[in-house]
Amino acid sequence: MPLDSDQLLHAYRQMKTIRLFEERLHDEIKTGEIGGFTHLYAGQEAVAVGICMQLTTEDKIVSTHRGHGHCIAKGCDVIGMMKEIYGRAGGLCKGRAGSMHIADLDVGMLGANGIVGGGAPQAVGAALAARIDGKGRVGVAFSGDGACNQGTTFEAMNLAVVTKAPAIFVFENNHYSEHTGDAYAVGTADDIASRAEAFGMRAWRADGCDFFSTYDAFAELLEHVRGGNGPAAIELDTERYFGHFEGDPQRYRGKGELDRIRAERDCLTAFREKVRMEGSVTHAALDQVDEDVAALIDDAVAQARADAEPDPANVADDVYADYF
Amino acid sequence: MAIMNIREAIVATLHAEMERDPDILLLGEDVVGGNGTAGGPEAIGGIWGTSPGLWAKFGPERVIDTPISESAIIGAAAGAALSGKRPVAELMFADFVGVSLDQIWNQMAKFRYMFGGKARCPAVVRLVYGAGMQTAAQHSQSVYAMLTAMPGLKVVLPTTPADAKGLLTEALRGDDPVMFFEHKTLYGVKGEVPDGDHRQRFGEARVVREGGDATIVACGRMVNFSEKAADKLAVDGIGVDLLDLRTTSPLDEDAILESVEQTGRLIVVDESPPRCSLAADIAAMVTERAFTSLKAPPAMVTAPHSPVPFARSLERAWVPSPQKIEDAVRRVLAFPGRSGQ
Ligand SMILES: Cc1ncc(C[n+]2csc(CCOP(=O)(O)OP(=O)(O)O)c2C)c(N)n1
Ligand SMILES: [Mg+2]
Repeated sequence: MPLDSDQLLHAYRQMKTIRLFEERLHDEIKTGEIGGFTHLYAGQEAVAVGICMQLTTEDKIVSTHRGHGHCIAKGCDVIGMMKEIYGRAGGLCKGRAGSMHIADLDVGMLGANGIVGGGAPQAVGAALAARIDGKGRVGVAFSGDGACNQGTTFEAMNLAVVTKAPAIFVFENNHYSEHTGDAYAVGTADDIASRAEAFGMRAWRADGCDFFSTYDAFAELLEHVRGGNGPAAIELDTERYFGHFEGDPQRYRGKGELDRIRAERDCLTAFREKVRMEGSVTHAALDQVDEDVAALIDDAVAQARADAEPDPANVADDVYADYF
Repeated sequence: MAIMNIREAIVATLHAEMERDPDILLLGEDVVGGNGTAGGPEAIGGIWGTSPGLWAKFGPERVIDTPISESAIIGAAAGAALSGKRPVAELMFADFVGVSLDQIWNQMAKFRYMFGGKARCPAVVRLVYGAGMQTAAQHSQSVYAMLTAMPGLKVVLPTTPADAKGLLTEALRGDDPVMFFEHKTLYGVKGEVPDGDHRQRFGEARVVREGGDATIVACGRMVNFSEKAADKLAVDGIGVDLLDLRTTSPLDEDAILESVEQTGRLIVVDESPPRCSLAADIAAMVTERAFTSLKAPPAMVTAPHSPVPFARSLERAWVPSPQKIEDAVRRVLAFPGRSGQ
């Protein structure tokens, strides 16, 4: 069923929010106010949004170190996220997580993860839990082309197959794990999905820089998994616009590579082009979204900067549910 | 003598030792960098800059970029070591020991013993550790205590460029698995490094200063913090013996005991939570072996019993600070205090 104009506007708004959130962070990090590691998701927005907008709050996702996009697409509060990344008391995780560990259990976002490959088994657990609950919910693991080489990912895929868990493995192939290319590090570089097939599940392949390609493929996949057919996987061919982390000199990039992917592989441009051709949403409406989102991000940064740092007296709170 | 920082000392030692011994190989994530990209290999030489030039000089059979697969990295090092090589395996962050723990814990640590003393496992695992850069709960831990607790592993923590060279050389010439901890905030620390062959024996603490009023035992970044505290105390005429352990396994018990027998006061500084920590281990050892010399209970300056937080204000509260060390020394010196006297 084709998306109606509200759904299209929602998708565009989400992708634009991720893009501006990340571009703004790229600038703000230079001020020195944000510490630690920040891995930006810009370039991959169509994946997070094309997938998460088809999930309900009760479906669970587990994310990666590059988690801002997954968070926003799953419905995390953008202002709470910004405060978290700034290490503020009002952050989604009270300033304990920072960029790398943001989570919001209330919206089914089980956490960004600092351990590459740490998430995939947890998605299987979420899927097994969902099956017991019997409401047709799923567990989704986002993994990169780097994470697809971890033993945990292999074990998770096999566990999901043998238990027929409603688990979904999303492989975002942006062609790099840090400074190493997938052509070197992944034995099946041009086809990560084939690994999932080898474990015994169906796999889909789509263009992760094209919202519609991602959306349509995932819609089929989701029907398959919600239909009780066990786990499935999808590989998305996508691009990362910034460095691995902020501050990465990116010496591994080819000449003109960044300009080319920005010019030719931009999910937002492609989206605008497609809806213009189809006449499904007016460009005026999209421009309005652009304005609204820019204001939201300005507000998020202003609120984050104004928020207090966490009280050091609370450093050892929340380690346990109860202890003594 | 050359002046260099810890990073440069490690790079120079790897070059020199790989030159000397063709059995040494290096493997880890992005230790070359750029493989399989348009930019080509050696784009980075390790994200901490500790392996540049090695791939160009020693080639892809001895300098191996790996996929993100820590179990396989450490396991391959274990197997290569059992097969007569001397692998250096890099864990980009010590926290990833969690991913590879079986290969360290159940495998390389135990080969020699289980196999009746016949096996040699000269693998060096380099682990980048420590808080102080807001890298949060999964990239900031100091996991040396847990590895110190495992029989069969040697655990090394250089704090000066000279020791980085001396201890790494020693690790590469020995026949046991060595956990070589590099604190992520110390790479830039500069100092004199002896030219030529320089080996630093394990189990020999470095006497950083002698003052006689109290004994501070520390390792890693906490040595530098203890020096800052000692400077402050010196202003008030308080002199401390400061010992840098250099290695936590083997542990230089004699140096600690000798100092405490003189001062009667022990402060152990440890960048990790207190339970089953290095601080607890040393405090217990001293209490058992030098009880009659003690004029005050040993003090442990540690992090709280919590993971490492992200926010700057919280991370600062988590890491033992020079101020906390100074306070602990004053507290121990004041014992038993007014109420007890
Ligand atoms: C267990 C573990 N090993 C290594 C790292 C360091 N690291 C962080 S991200 C990353 C690359 C991940 O690549 P990929 O899975 O493709 O995700 P991308 O960064 O491209 O989003 C590496 C090696 C880590 N965080 N955890
Ligand atoms: Mg990648």
